[in-house]
Amino acid sequence: MIKVTIDDIEVEVEPGTSILNAARQIGGEVVPPAMCYYSKLPGTGGKCRTCLVEVAAGSTADPRPMPKLMASCSTSVMDGMIVKNKTSQRVHDNRGGVVEFLLINHPLDCPVCDQAGECHLQDLGYEHGSAKTRYKEERRTFDPIDIGNKIKLHMNRCILCYRCVHVANQLTDSRVHGVMHRGEHAEISTYIENAVDNDFSGNMIDVCPVGALTDKTFRFKSRVWFLKPMEAECACTKCSGKAVVWMFGNEIYRVTARKDKYGEVEDIEDKTAWICNECRFDKKDPSSWNISGPRKIDRHSVISQGQYSTKIDKGLKKIG
Amino acid sequence: MAGRKLLIENVHIPGIETYDVYRKNGGYASVEKALKKMTPEEVVEEVKKSGLRGRGGAGFPTGMKWSFLAKPEGVPRYLVCNADESEPGTFKDRYLMEKIPHLLIEGMITSSYALGANVSYIYIRGEFMYILHILEKAIAEARANGMLGKNIMGSGYDLELVVAPGGGAYICGEETALLESLEGKRGNPRMKPPFPAVKGLWGCPTVVNNVETIAAVVPIVNNGGEEYAKIGIERSTGTKLISASGNLVRPGVYELEMGVSVEEFIYGDDYCRGIANGKLLKACIPGGSSVPILPAHLVTKTANGDNRLMTYESLADGGFASGSMLGSGGFIVFDEDQCIVRNTYTFARFYAHESCGQCSPCREGTGWMEKVLHRLENGHGTMEDITLLEEINKKIEGNTICPLGDAAAWPVAAAIRHFREEFEWHVTHPAEAQIRNYGLIQPRVEEIKAL
Repeated sequence: MIKVTIDDIEVEVEPGTSILNAARQIGGEVVPPAMCYYSKLPGTGGKCRTCLVEVAAGSTADPRPMPKLMASCSTSVMDGMIVKNKTSQRVHDNRGGVVEFLLINHPLDCPVCDQAGECHLQDLGYEHGSAKTRYKEERRTFDPIDIGNKIKLHMNRCILCYRCVHVANQLTDSRVHGVMHRGEHAEISTYIENAVDNDFSGNMIDVCPVGALTDKTFRFKSRVWFLKPMEAECACTKCSGKAVVWMFGNEIYRVTARKDKYGEVEDIEDKTAWICNECRFDKKDPSSWNISGPRKIDRHSVISQGQYSTKIDKGLKKIG
Repeated sequence: MAGRKLLIENVHIPGIETYDVYRKNGGYASVEKALKKMTPEEVVEEVKKSGLRGRGGAGFPTGMKWSFLAKPEGVPRYLVCNADESEPGTFKDRYLMEKIPHLLIEGMITSSYALGANVSYIYIRGEFMYILHILEKAIAEARANGMLGKNIMGSGYDLELVVAPGGGAYICGEETALLESLEGKRGNPRMKPPFPAVKGLWGCPTVVNNVETIAAVVPIVNNGGEEYAKIGIERSTGTKLISASGNLVRPGVYELEMGVSVEEFIYGDDYCRGIANGKLLKACIPGGSSVPILPAHLVTKTANGDNRLMTYESLADGGFASGSMLGSGGFIVFDEDQCIVRNTYTFARFYAHESCGQCSPCREGTGWMEKVLHRLENGHGTMEDITLLEEINKKIEGNTICPLGDAAAWPVAAAIRHFREEFEWHVTHPAEAQIRNYGLIQPRVEEIKAL
């Protein structure tokens, strides 16, 4: 075990742990935001640059500070490393810069976006964004493409985190979508119109941090904060069958996997509980699910603020 | 011509691109010497002694890079030559490969032997397809003469040399993106660590070196590292190819001993012979488009008043406040008629076009800078835009996966730092800026403190 100090809090972690995961072991405010890193998907991370932290001392053996800000998701901790996240003004400024970059071409169509309320970019913009944009140019738009009858791709909202590419690599036999073009014109697309259609393709929706990939069966049905998330289980041969059903009255509006407080699909019995497309898109009848009780949404999003928690969130205090 | 030449001395011999002529003029002597008389460690030691630094731009000591190469048992090692020369203003590798291809192949064999690689690659820029044919022809000749393949010169050492073309992306000149591209994937730079010396091509230890670096191994092995280190000044040893372009009387590729003064290089009879058409020097970019631009008064003298020399250290003297970098040796000179804002916009457009789009600051920031500069250049800018450019720069620099973000930010930052008046003039005189040029700037020596 090696010792690392993050924002003046010391923690002991396994060698080879990333700074981000060490911070997650502490929890709370010291955890840097991550838009592209996904602990369940090896190979993700390093792209969005929102998790940049300052390394004030590299290690006990070599206590020099690192000159650049480091991506905490892909930098391994060293014994005696001192990391600054919340306590560093430099991190704060540069993270603000990254958020500004992510938002300049984002359509900000939250009022009509199904992801609103559980969007990581909204959270990030709320914490680090500025009220006004300095971007005067026309925002970048892409021609819409159809990737099948279950998943809606809104390329304009995409922040190119590559998570959906990795999830397709990991869960399916052959990936049919990927990143085309480069620079500003890079887009998630299928090569020569092709439907993304396999048993686990729906998990692309769950890993997408923004509203770029949304559920066509839930499209424009309801705002997520009007729905009651319920833990549910069904007998499924393809997946674990453990999911969250989002209900309004006695109707199931949508089905998602069970996610933890970082928005990642939970591990159940040491296996990441991805759900199959049949559970996600086709089982909308409450009788096909064994509903066990309300699901606590452990993120400081509007969903958890309204329904089960009476505790006033810190975020609300900031507004007041 | 003044100064010794080690790389392009024989370029003008007719037929030097063929094996026979090249061999007759002392070619492949380093292969003979290394394979027959030296151990791989001795070759690495000579390169270390020579003080050779990477000629691709970063200037990292080659011997040190080679000694970092991990050598696990049973895992192949690779040497990859980076011939993806795409930096605007740099065309030295093209010249070298086109005129004297066997020099690169000789360097590849000697270097591969030193590193223990049995398969080596030359990753060449896709646009250089005609050079690919030249290299392949040269490789076939070398193979026919027993310089490649099994048991080279009876030493028991085997080497296969493969030339692989890229798809025409600047980003694939970044070593990890190059490796991705060589593996047949999308050319996105990898996260570092792990560095290629530990996990490179197909997960095996790999060294990636520039064409000129590998070519320089040939004279180092032939004459010894110490002899090579005698040329040059301090930590800048040996000779360097400089591709001079812009408003010069005699632009071209020059091989010069490190330590020639910049003044001598621009105005000297042996080199560029001054600014074309009797104009005055306005600015100079000494190391390819991605290094900071220098205004005339800082080109030939440093902020301390010393003569600026063509070395890694002297060109970087003063840091980014009043210095620049030797970079890849793409020496671009501007006369008084050139518009710095327009030039900066051109570079910004290039970097916006060539960003891979993987990490957010570079993907969004380069495009944003291009648009703001386009506005400024075309007379629609405001004073706030100049401040905005500086802010975007600061947010990109150092926050990206690979150095392309820095390369895009530095030229813009330096142009504003040294030519702010010209940017402001574009804002205050939008109509005039469309029809005439700002002209020379007044040196602001007092503002730039010596560091």
